Amino acid sequence: MASNNSIKKTLIVAFSLCVICSVVVSSAAVVLKPKQVQNQELDRKSNILQVTQLYKPGDDVEEKYAELITPRVVNLETGEYSEDLDPGSYDQFDAARDPATSRTLSGDDDIAGIGRQENFSTVYLVGNPDDPEQIVMPIRGQGLWGLMEGFLSVRGDGNTIVGLSYYDQSETPGLGGEVDNPRWKAKWEGKKIYEDGDFQDPQIQLVKGGASGEYEVDALSGASLTSRGVTNMLRFWLSEGGYAPYLARFHGDSQGGA
Amino acid sequence: MATDSVKDIVLSPVFKNNPIALQVLGICSALAVTNSMSVSLVMGLAVIAVTAFSSMFVSLIRNHIPSSIRIIVQMTIIASLVIVVDQVLRAYAYDMSKQLSVFVGLIITNCIVMGRAEAYAMQNGPVMSFLDGVGNGLGYAVILLIVGFIRELLGSGSVFGLTILPTVQNGGWYVPNGLMLLPPSAFFVIGLLIWILRSLNPEQVEKTEYRIVANSKAKIKETANV
Repeated sequence: MASNNSIKKTLIVAFSLCVICSVVVSSAAVVLKPKQVQNQELDRKSNILQVTQLYKPGDDVEEKYAELITPRVVNLETGEYSEDLDPGSYDQFDAARDPATSRTLSGDDDIAGIGRQENFSTVYLVGNPDDPEQIVMPIRGQGLWGLMEGFLSVRGDGNTIVGLSYYDQSETPGLGGEVDNPRWKAKWEGKKIYEDGDFQDPQIQLVKGGASGEYEVDALSGASLTSRGVTNMLRFWLSEGGYAPYLARFHGDSQGGA
Repeated sequence: MATDSVKDIVLSPVFKNNPIALQVLGICSALAVTNSMSVSLVMGLAVIAVTAFSSMFVSLIRNHIPSSIRIIVQMTIIASLVIVVDQVLRAYAYDMSKQLSVFVGLIITNCIVMGRAEAYAMQNGPVMSFLDGVGNGLGYAVILLIVGFIRELLGSGSVFGLTILPTVQNGGWYVPNGLMLLPPSAFFVIGLLIWILRSLNPEQVEKTEYRIVANSKAKIKETANV
């Protein structure tokens, strides 16, 4: 063992170990990378399909997605589609971090608690892109424990909700975590966002103890802060700073946003 | 230890000398990932793989490891294996790896892996070390599955995602115990398990447990196991 402890031997062992381990780790990362990227894509696509309620278990996600969904990039300020940004490669989460492609939200504006908002967002159109049956929009905001990320789908009138679903949240299991419960998610279908075509002011909200009317959904029992987070996030993303200018274009316009 | 039979090496850590129940190692991840059976199972398999292969590789080069850097050498091997396991899970069990999130990476800090490399693999041949790793990984996985079973059944009314007790939220009768879904409940469950195991095997109640001696306790216990 004594010879093992010479400086030379120590350096040789340390160096060769590092080389071997880094080769193993990096080849695993490189070999498995395509599979991982594919998984992430598939996960995102299946989340989009699920919020549209058109996905049945057992359907082929890729096939169904290709058949139904057209992604577009929307300028949130004007509500117009962007001609320059490619929906296939545009990453709004990257954009939200870059000061050049996002805006800082301050205090009262930032009811969703996200800090920065991207200027352009990807939306997913179901059916004919010129006159979509549904519009799926990514939304995110603070819940009780952390950021909740999900998709909201509305009908082609830009006002009737089809579904709301979160693909990433860390709310308390059994309480706030019930945002994932299909029975609660089913309550969103058919609810309306704006009253009398007033796209300035979204009315949709969660209420405690028995929702009534088409602008209210039952809050999650035992999860006041998660429910408040969901309401705030919807209010934020559906107001003037969010998708309102875009959705307003669908109002009373049977041609949609062509 | 060289005379130990294969059966002893693999099975004794599962019940007689369980790394969680007797040595109380690896508790951190046992608290975090046991809220459902399927997650516990994948975590258990990941730890078995890492413990087995790290022990094997450490054992293969044990005669060349300079003692001054042996801990770092072991850590490097363990860390590399954990990253490989994490990458494989991301590629082939994506949903699972999302649920396990950082806890796969944290296998690196799981004392069971390091403990076996240092206590067993440094003195024994690669095959036996591999089996020793499998055995200790199994011991960890068995406890994880038991805790996962109790927590998932009482917390969500299901086992492996299949509903056993229909919960109130889904129109059934069972009011789930919310505490069971949170990590602290694993403390109670593991505590009770250790109690039961030691009542059944009184010889597991080691004397040193009540004679708290500075920091040298863990070391004495490890060498005692070897």
